[in-house]
Amino acid sequence: MKKVRIHINEDLCKGCGICISLCPNKVFAKSEEISSKGVFLPVIIHGDKCIACRICEEHCPDLAIFIEAQDVEK
Amino acid sequence: MDQKHVHPLLVKYARIGAYKQPHCPGCGNGIVAQCMLRAIDELKLDMDKIVFASGIGCSSWIPSPLFNADVLHTTHGRSLAFATGVKLSNPELRVVVFTGDGDSAAIGGNHLIQAARKNIEILTVLVNNRIYGMTGGQVAPTTPHGVKTKTTPYGNLEYPFDLCKLVEAAGASYVARWTTFHTRQLVSSMKKGLLKKGFSFIEVISQCPVQYGTFVGIRDPAEMLHIFRKISVPFEKAKNMSREELEGKIVIGEFVDIERTGLAEAYQRLLEMMNL
Repeated sequence: MKKVRIHINEDLCKGCGICISLCPNKVFAKSEEISSKGVFLPVIIHGDKCIACRICEEHCPDLAIFIEAQDVEK
Repeated sequence: MDQKHVHPLLVKYARIGAYKQPHCPGCGNGIVAQCMLRAIDELKLDMDKIVFASGIGCSSWIPSPLFNADVLHTTHGRSLAFATGVKLSNPELRVVVFTGDGDSAAIGGNHLIQAARKNIEILTVLVNNRIYGMTGGQVAPTTPHGVKTKTTPYGNLEYPFDLCKLVEAAGASYVARWTTFHTRQLVSSMKKGLLKKGFSFIEVISQCPVQYGTFVGIRDPAEMLHIFRKISVPFEKAKNMSREELEGKIVIGEFVDIERTGLAEAYQRLLEMMNL
């Protein structure tokens, strides 16, 4: 079991949507509202499904997303 | 600036105030930058002992101004020449060159061949986005056959370079090719290249959703990454495939991994022999 925290930096994100598309468990969705920087940010809709595979983190071109994962006992 | 959610790699290795990447949304250059920081982090190298050199083009904005190290932003295509000078004058330093296809396959093509032939201890990361992105989408020597660009509106009549074969034939010690989808393989290749005592060359096929994507009709960078995954063929598998079968595919993998004495080491030995 892992306790996962997803950090999205709204100032660095350019809204390219790579994390939304590459996530194997469809944790993210595109925001319906435009941000103050003029981009559609990813929003976490199924945070509990995240398995901390870090595919989103490794493919983010702007280093705007990272995962903190801690092992916790059941 | 949102200080709460800053990536740990940025905190550790990036210049304060330069966290925001200068590239277009979805550009593969940022992925390559992150892979390099990750490779440095995993090897626990000192950023003060690494010099990054780059030329002109989109990919040359990877190390400067983001990396908090010594960065040489040089003239078009000449980054390898500057890097050779750095390595020979101070062999203690690790030298990494970030370059693009227009930079090192077109204008600086001869520098690339000669640096590989000299086997100088430099890691060259060539980000191949298959088009001249910064200047508006003109045809590059790496643009695939038949692709429409701004200067080839009826499709490219020429055939692209196979840069890995070129560098291999010129005599490099380490040659590999990955795409921006294969980040973990790229990090392990970069780690090998950073420790290699000879010329190492890594070609990274990268997406350009703004220029290349407009002409081929794929504006979504994530879709381009999915395509890279589909059309990539491992080197071992590609050996048994015919030329027709490999049409439109990207052969990935490590092509060369040999040990040969590099130029800077040989030069140091010569100086010692002459008691200089």
